[in-house]
Amino acid sequence: MSAPTLAGDPHAAAARRPDRRAPRRTGGMARAKRREAIALVMPSLLPILVLSVAPLVMGVALAFTDARLVRHPDYQFVGVDNFVRLADNSFFWDSFRIGMIWAVSVTLLQLVAAMGLALLLNSGLRLQGLTRVLALIPWAMPPVVVAIMWQMIYSPNAGPLNAFLGALGLPDDINWLADFSTALPAVIVVGVWVGMPQTTVTLLAGLQQIPDELHEAAAMDGAGAWRRFTAVTLPSLRPIITSITSLNFIWNFNSFSLVYVLTEGGPGGRTMLPMLFTYLEAFKNRNIGYAAAMGVVLVVVVVLLLAIYLRSQFRSEKES
Amino acid sequence: MRALVRPAQYVALAFYILFLGFPLLWLISASLKSSGELNSLTVSLIPQDFHWENYSQALSRQGLVRSAWNSALVAVVSTMLVIVIALPASYVLARLRGKIRAAGVGWILVSQVFPVILIILPLFLILRTIGLTDSLVGLTLVHTTYTLPFALWMMQGYVSAIPVDLEEAGSMDGASRLTVLRTIVFPLLMPGIVATAMFSFVSSWNEFFFALVLLQSPENYTLPITLKMFIGGEGKVALGPLAAGSVLAAIPSIVFFSIMQKKLTGGLLSGAVKG
Repeated sequence: MSAPTLAGDPHAAAARRPDRRAPRRTGGMARAKRREAIALVMPSLLPILVLSVAPLVMGVALAFTDARLVRHPDYQFVGVDNFVRLADNSFFWDSFRIGMIWAVSVTLLQLVAAMGLALLLNSGLRLQGLTRVLALIPWAMPPVVVAIMWQMIYSPNAGPLNAFLGALGLPDDINWLADFSTALPAVIVVGVWVGMPQTTVTLLAGLQQIPDELHEAAAMDGAGAWRRFTAVTLPSLRPIITSITSLNFIWNFNSFSLVYVLTEGGPGGRTMLPMLFTYLEAFKNRNIGYAAAMGVVLVVVVVLLLAIYLRSQFRSEKES
Repeated sequence: MRALVRPAQYVALAFYILFLGFPLLWLISASLKSSGELNSLTVSLIPQDFHWENYSQALSRQGLVRSAWNSALVAVVSTMLVIVIALPASYVLARLRGKIRAAGVGWILVSQVFPVILIILPLFLILRTIGLTDSLVGLTLVHTTYTLPFALWMMQGYVSAIPVDLEEAGSMDGASRLTVLRTIVFPLLMPGIVATAMFSFVSSWNEFFFALVLLQSPENYTLPITLKMFIGGEGKVALGPLAAGSVLAAIPSIVFFSIMQKKLTGGLLSGAVKG
């Protein structure tokens, strides 16, 4: 499901309770307990095994076949043919590049914008309640509605964005989502809008954990606001920043619905995210096996990138 | 210099409020404008006069009402299924240590980051084999399955927060296990069940991708798919009713999230961050 977007572990507080012991008993009791446990877990396990673990394994297997979306499929094992073909598919690699630009920019802008808002909300301003509710709205709304809403904002003729630019005396005839040069930046802004609240909430929770004494001590030492931010706030938030940027990056790279509704990958493939490309290959061109190979390549690359990123983070954490 | 900090902060906050709130305001405003005003080149946030007929038009469109009904049906049934099957499992996840828990938590994490595109291809083939593509039953099963991991995660947290001592005290008084669960655990778990149910409902109500792939006939469309069809190609619908339909589609999600807002911004996530 594309929606489970709550960050991290909402219950770590509970999980850390020291008094929580597993009721371990011995002998026949233990066996009865285990049988009971399995019986209780089964109703959850079964659908997950049948409808998500099995498809996942099959998905990888399909990548080595020539499966097509036809009525009576009879697949042939074709080895690494799909992957060899993929290496030459410049459209796929274009979409991969666009996906990277999209995921990196959205993730970074989300982080910067969310950091600003979290700092503001943490500094005791009024309007906090209003801002928090507002900040949650993009997160809650159906992606389709978000896309429709932003299509209206970006509308070339009667859209408020062009009207605003016109009022400032700037060019006011830009067709944001249809122009080759503005389409990708325009969808990136929407991506930031959607994902920023969640990052804000997480950062805000992190800010509230930093003991005031740290800031006070730094202020006593004569550190200005910026210095306190870089020397106290950022290092304290570091573990949170690492985990939300990794998660946001993966979610953004894997995103589909928003951009599919906004532009369907156009104009001229300028916003063709990899998931859109793979979806079209599977369900429009009907090449299931080939599309599965694309899926496998995307997973492998994302996992690799993430591993590199996390490693560098842990290394510099050790150093500091 | 120092005196300027506060005003500067308020200016920054105003920009955020504008950025976050304006698109929604514009959508609501468009839903209240007459078609004449929408098609004219005058651009203003406040409608010249308020027109409610976009809403009645949206509601009188056969496709929209039917798909809203479908969405509600799928979301309610999958939410009930999620709660019923996640409840016992979350109890085990919370109370047992060891491999079951580790495997459960591991899968929950993997399922959050895996690209559904790799799963949807075989899932589509599996469901087609048993005749459940283009079927609300199939979609309900899929929504149930894909909401489950996170629902389990939420719920096991609420179970963990109930001290084991309470249960042990109960069983020492000679109450049976079921009685302990029913009289002690359940009542304490109710807020957790409600929060999980709201999350589950919103996930299903908002869901687009599975519905797009699995549903083919318009009478089976869920609300997000119908709205998408209105803007794409053939079904070109007037802007006003489209905006009205979008507002209606967003209401349940926004209401539920606003209710959960305190929980989301308060204890739950700060707990996450301390860990």
